[in-house]
Amino acid sequence: MRAAFASTLAELAERDERILLLTGDLGYKALEPFSERFPRRFFNVGVAEQNMVGLATGLAECGFVPFVYSIATFASLRAYEFIRNGPVAHGLPVRIVGVGGGFDYGSAGPTHHGLEDVGVLRLQPGLTVVAPADCEQTRSILRDTWDRPGPFYYRLSKDDRLSVPGLDGRFSLGRAEVLRRGPDILLLVAGSLATEALAASGALNDMGIDATLAVVSTLNPAPVDDLRGRIEGFDDVLTIEDHYAAGGLGTIVAEVVAESGARCRLKRLGVKEGPDGLSGSLPSLLKRHGLGRSAIVAAAQAAVEARKRSD
Amino acid sequence: MNASGTPAKTLQPAALRRIILEQSKRANVGHIGSALSVADILAALYSGILRIERPDDPERDRFILSKGHAALALYAALHLRGLLDAGTLDTYCADGSLLGVHPEPALPGVDFATGSLGHGLSIGAGAALGARLQGSSRRAFALVSDAELGEGSLWEAVMFAAHHRLSNLVAIVDWNGQQALGYTEDVLSLRGLPDRFRSFGWDVHEVDGHNLAAIGRAVDALSVDGPPHVLLARTTFGKGVSFMEGKIHWHYWPMSDEEYRLALAEVSAGSGR
Repeated sequence: MRAAFASTLAELAERDERILLLTGDLGYKALEPFSERFPRRFFNVGVAEQNMVGLATGLAECGFVPFVYSIATFASLRAYEFIRNGPVAHGLPVRIVGVGGGFDYGSAGPTHHGLEDVGVLRLQPGLTVVAPADCEQTRSILRDTWDRPGPFYYRLSKDDRLSVPGLDGRFSLGRAEVLRRGPDILLLVAGSLATEALAASGALNDMGIDATLAVVSTLNPAPVDDLRGRIEGFDDVLTIEDHYAAGGLGTIVAEVVAESGARCRLKRLGVKEGPDGLSGSLPSLLKRHGLGRSAIVAAAQAAVEARKRSD
Repeated sequence: MNASGTPAKTLQPAALRRIILEQSKRANVGHIGSALSVADILAALYSGILRIERPDDPERDRFILSKGHAALALYAALHLRGLLDAGTLDTYCADGSLLGVHPEPALPGVDFATGSLGHGLSIGAGAALGARLQGSSRRAFALVSDAELGEGSLWEAVMFAAHHRLSNLVAIVDWNGQQALGYTEDVLSLRGLPDRFRSFGWDVHEVDGHNLAAIGRAVDALSVDGPPHVLLARTTFGKGVSFMEGKIHWHYWPMSDEEYRLALAEVSAGSGR
């Protein structure tokens, strides 16, 4: 999604000179579509994420729309208090771009895995958190949201080829996008695991389980009304995310289920183990943490079969 | 008149100090010594150094009180400049007031929320960079405490400002040598401070932080190009109240009735110095 981000931002910057791009020395072979076109509006601030967010706060206050770019875990966690006391406290349009949410930086090791960015950032009132599902949706999200008021966090995948068949870039802030409709179980997937979830829903269909699959790209403010409506009528809901099971989509859905009094069982697929020091490819890490398509299939199948037995 | 051409109304530091004591006593709160430490610096800034026609003027200079715990001194200066009415000032630390111990930007005249140390200079660097990009001559001033220099994030901003030669950024260090629990020399030494800033590429000036004329002259002499500027302002913690000067416990302590009486008398008597 980095290429989609950089080229779309360049396209927007062509039309609006308030857009600036700051990076914490990351984005090699990614940000050039912007940096080469707008060298005077591009700042590599060095390895200093806190200062980057502080700078963006000062820039936004005098009328700019600064995008700050880093790896998801550095952008969210290292700069967290600067985000809280800066763009959030002042309601300023700083755009924080976190690349590599989840296990995208698999072999880089656990210091580079982004497993709690959504959880910590959704605690900040007024900070909109968006996780695109693929490259085309990244473009629509940027075009739709770049000039909205208040701060944003964009959780991007590192994969530049990510494409979810049938999504066609659809995006509406605060609404999930449905990729498949079926009565047996509701699958809710956050961001870049949508391709895995879509493949899983196809496999389930082959097995006679007809699932509804919705991609949830807006994670803060929690899309409560939208989720409540989608959950209605389902006995089983399965959430899927490349994030700790606590704090992200699964927790959001649990809150909606509990507060709406919905009569459904919720199963959350997310990372449940603490860091074990092991790195590896993205597929290998998804598999180890039970997040790949076969794990999604198994979890959905188990939920549906358990219900059938109890019916 | 000052260099910027703004008509200067000289604020009386004694009047600032009186407000600091009155409000601290009324609210029964501490941070008195820190506010007294910067009373003269704020009097100088709001006597014409800062170009502020209206608090919401986009072309105003930006002021970041990075040592947010001295906000009472800022409120006093805003009041004396006519930007904060007496009734609002009297809500300091009251329930539902915008005037907390640390400043809040919903209050007209306060540009940024501060209080978490090590944050303000980054914002100031952003404000200075923004002014440059917009072709504006406005400046950003950040008042930081010396103990705040212990925050690593502050040095990120120091490096950035030097690299980009943000000559429209002025940092003022309240160099009183004290922090909450002790003297900086004992807690985390700042020995060789001027050279530390010089080695990072800043334009360094040492100044008497209780001499308004000296502060004004130092700011007026700053060059409009070149590196960012830092005024290392030698100050005395608790300045103006003899029994508070240089005493660690006046970082947090509120005053007794007797202490308040003595402090007020000293500040009033010392108004001519």
